[in-house]
Amino acid sequence: MTERLRLTINGAETALEADPNTPLLYALRNDLGLKGTRFGCGSGQCGACFVLIDGHPAPACDTPLWSVAGKSIATVEGLGTGGRLHPLQDAFLAEQAAQCGYCTSGILIAAAALLAKNPRPTESEVRTALDRNLCRCGSHNRMVRAVLRAAAEIAQ
Amino acid sequence: MNTVAESRLKRPGSLEKNPRLSQWLRVHQDGTVSIFSGKVEIGQGILTALAQIAAEELRIALERIRMAPADTSVSPDEGVTSGSLSIQDSGAALRRACAQARELLLERAAARLGVSAGEMQVADGAVRTAGRSTSFWECADDALFDREIDETAELRSQRDYRVVGRPAPRRDLPDKIAGRPRFIQDMALPGMLYGRVVRPPHNFTGLISLDDSKVKSMPGLAAIVREGGFVGVLAEREDVAISAQRALRLTASWRETDPLPRNVPAWLRERAIEHRVISEKENAEAKSRAVTMLEASYTKPYISHASIGPSCAIAQIDDGKLMVWSHSQGIFNLRRDLALALGMREDAIVVRHAEGAGCYGHNGADDAALDAALLARAAGGRPVQVQWMRDDEFAWAPCGPAMALSLRAALDPQGNIVDWLHELWSNGHSSRPGRSQGPALVAAWHLARPHERPSAINMPLPAGAADRNAIPIYDFPNQRVVNHYVHEMPVRTSALRSLGAYANVFAIESFMDELARAAEIDAVAFRLRHLKDPRGRAVIDAAARRAGWSNWKSVEGRGHGIGFAKYKNLGAYCAAIAEVEVEREVRVHRLVLAVDVGLVISPDGVINQIEGGAIQSTSWTLKEEVKLDARGIASLDWEHYPILKFSEVPAVEVELIDRPELPAVGAGEAAQGPTAAAIANAVAHALGLRVRELPLTYEKIAAAISQST
Repeated sequence: MTERLRLTINGAETALEADPNTPLLYALRNDLGLKGTRFGCGSGQCGACFVLIDGHPAPACDTPLWSVAGKSIATVEGLGTGGRLHPLQDAFLAEQAAQCGYCTSGILIAAAALLAKNPRPTESEVRTALDRNLCRCGSHNRMVRAVLRAAAEIAQ
Repeated sequence: MNTVAESRLKRPGSLEKNPRLSQWLRVHQDGTVSIFSGKVEIGQGILTALAQIAAEELRIALERIRMAPADTSVSPDEGVTSGSLSIQDSGAALRRACAQARELLLERAAARLGVSAGEMQVADGAVRTAGRSTSFWECADDALFDREIDETAELRSQRDYRVVGRPAPRRDLPDKIAGRPRFIQDMALPGMLYGRVVRPPHNFTGLISLDDSKVKSMPGLAAIVREGGFVGVLAEREDVAISAQRALRLTASWRETDPLPRNVPAWLRERAIEHRVISEKENAEAKSRAVTMLEASYTKPYISHASIGPSCAIAQIDDGKLMVWSHSQGIFNLRRDLALALGMREDAIVVRHAEGAGCYGHNGADDAALDAALLARAAGGRPVQVQWMRDDEFAWAPCGPAMALSLRAALDPQGNIVDWLHELWSNGHSSRPGRSQGPALVAAWHLARPHERPSAINMPLPAGAADRNAIPIYDFPNQRVVNHYVHEMPVRTSALRSLGAYANVFAIESFMDELARAAEIDAVAFRLRHLKDPRGRAVIDAAARRAGWSNWKSVEGRGHGIGFAKYKNLGAYCAAIAEVEVEREVRVHRLVLAVDVGLVISPDGVINQIEGGAIQSTSWTLKEEVKLDARGIASLDWEHYPILKFSEVPAVEVELIDRPELPAVGAGEAAQGPTAAAIANAVAHALGLRVRELPLTYEKIAAAISQST
C-alpha cells in the first residue's frame, strides 16, 4: 500500500508516494535520483549504502521508509555545503584515495560521522570507525590518510 | 630473411587487429581529441594512463584528451582487458597512432601556411609561423586519418617526456568522490524497468516447478519471464522486483546436479585427466651431488571475486536491434556469446562499456548482460536494468580455482638446489565468453534449449594460466614442472587476478624458505644465490634494504618473511617482505614491496595498483575461502565470506624502480603471489612451524600444529 511520506533529506523536506516498508535505499536512488548511495549487500554488512540518520551512519538498504519519518537524512550528495565539496571529499581527491570508488560514498559518510563526533581522531580510531565499511580494491590506507588529512584541514 | 609475415608480427600491441588510424583517434574542432581504446576502466585507472600516453605523443595538454567509452560499434577490438596487458597492448598502439597523427597534422599545417615544417612553432596543438597561425583543430578532418598506421612516424624520446611518468590525477575520481552517478548501477534510462533473476544458490539443470500465483498480483510487477529453467521478473520499481524475486524463489524447486566434492585438494589430484610436463632441465652431474631431499604439499581454496558492487547490466531491444550496456572486460567477446545465446546476428547487437564496481577478473558482468537481454525481450522496447543481489554474486560469479601443489627438491652439501620438481593440480583458469563453441553465460545453460556449460581452459605458456609462474625463475640445474589439468568443474571457475601465479608463487616461495632453513642460510641470501636475473636481484635487494631485513630483532610471536616473483615470468618484478604477529589469528603489521615495471607511466597509478594488490592478497591469504556444502557454495554473504577490514589492513610501503629505457608492463597482478608467500614465510618464522594450506586462519594453523605433534 503506498502512502504519501515526508522525509528530510540533505536539509530539504521532500515528499514521495511509496510503500512505507520500502527500503530507504530505493527511495533515494530511484525516486529522488540520489545515486551516490549504493547497493552492496542488502543486509547492512558492507556499508556501501551508508547514510546519516540524525547524524548516525546507517545502512539505507536495511532501513524502511516508515522508520525515518521525521528524521534528518544526509547522503553523500549532501556532505558539501554551498556547492563546495566537504573537506573529506577534497582530501580523498588529494590522496587519490580510491580505486573503483564503489564503496567510497559509504566510507565518506562513516568518516563524516566520525569527524563530527571526534574532530581529531588517531589513525587507529579512524580504522575502527571504518570497520563496518568494506573495500575490496585495497584502498584502505589511502582512505585512512585522507580522513586524517581532512581532520587536520578542518582544524586549521 | 625478413619476410612480410615476420615484420607484420612485430607490430606493437593491438595494431595487428586494428590497423587504421581512424580507429584510434579523432581530432575535434573544439580543441579536444577523442581517443578510442578497446580497453576498459575497471577501477584500475587505465583510462588515465592511456590518456597520458596519447597526450605525450600528440604533445598536447592532458586535459584535451577525451577517452571514448568502449563500444563495439566504434572502438578497436582489443580483446579482453585482462592479464595486466593494457599498457602493452593499447598503450603501444596508441603511441604509434598518436605519433603518426601528429606528423600528419603538422604536414597539413605546413601546407596550409605555405612553409616548411622547420619554420613552424608548435605548442599544445597551436601552430605558428611569421604572422600566421593554424592549429591541429583546424587542420583535422575525417579523411586525414583514413589510412593505415605505417609506423614510420618518429616516437617521442622518453628523455623528453612531459606527461608520461608524472602523476596524473585519475579522471574518474571526481565523480566517484562527489557521489555523482558514474556506475552502470547508477544509469537511469527513460522508461527503464528493473529486472531480477530467480536462481537457486547452487548448480541446477532445470526447473521442476514454480508457483507464481501469489507473486503475479504484486502491485507494480510488469512481468514474470520464464524460458525453460530461466526465470526472471520485471517491475516498475526496483524494490518490487527484489520482493518478487525473493518470493518466487521460495516457491521454486530445481533439478539438481551431482553433489560437490568434500575434500577438494584430494578430488583435484584424483580427477586430473591431462598431465603436461611444461619445463624440463637435466644435469646428471649436478643431481649426483644431492645430499638432502625435501618435499611438501600446498593448497589454495576457491576464492570469490567479492566485488562490493554486484554485477549489473542494462539491455534494450528496439526494432530487432539489441543494445547492451555492460561492465564486461571484453565487449566484443560478450557480443559474440550474446548472439549465440539469443540466436541473433552479431551485427544486430551493440555492446557499450559502462563502469562497474571493482573488477578482479572474469566476474558476473557478462552473465548479467544476458540476463538483462532475456528480460528485455519481454519489456516491449523499454530498457531493463538487472543487478544481481549479493547472494547471486557469491553463488554465480565464477570462482578463482582451487589448486593443489606438490614440490620436491634436493640440496647439495653447500646448500645449493640441484634438483627441483613442481606439480600442480587445477581446473582451468578461463571460461570467459568468446573462447568456447557455445556461450559462456549462465542463463544460456538453463534455457528451454540449453547450451552446454563450457569447462574452463588454460591459456598456453609463456603467460600460462593454472601454470602461470609455475616454472621457477631461479637457476636450477635440474627441474621438472608438471601441470595436471582437471576438466570436471563442479564449481564454476575462471580468471581471478593473477590466475595460477598466486598459488604457484605461494608454493615456490614457501618451499624456498623451507629449503633455506634446511640449508641454514638466510632466506634473502638463499634466493640471491639461486638468481642471476639482475632486475630480480635488484627488487629483492631494494625490499630487504627498505624493510631493514638484516636488522630484524627477534620477538616472541613475531616473524618476517620474503616472497618474490616476476609476474608471468614476463612482466613486472616484485619482492615483498611481510612482518607479522601470530596470536590466535595472524596479524600482518607491515608490508614492504619493491617493484620494477620497466618504464613507469603513472607513478601513483602503479603504487595504487601494487598497494591494492598486496592488500587484496593479504585478505585472500589470511581469510578467504569459498565454503562448499554438498549442493553448492555455502558462503553467500559477508558474514560467511569475510574479507580484510580496515583495522586489519597492514601498513604498506611501495618502492618503485623506474627503468625508463625498458618497455612498460602492467602492475595490477604483480604483488599477489609475492605477498602471499611473504606472509606465509613470516608466519612460519613466528611459529617455527610451516602452514601449507591457505587461508592462514586459526583453524589451519591449529591443524598444522596438531599434525606436527
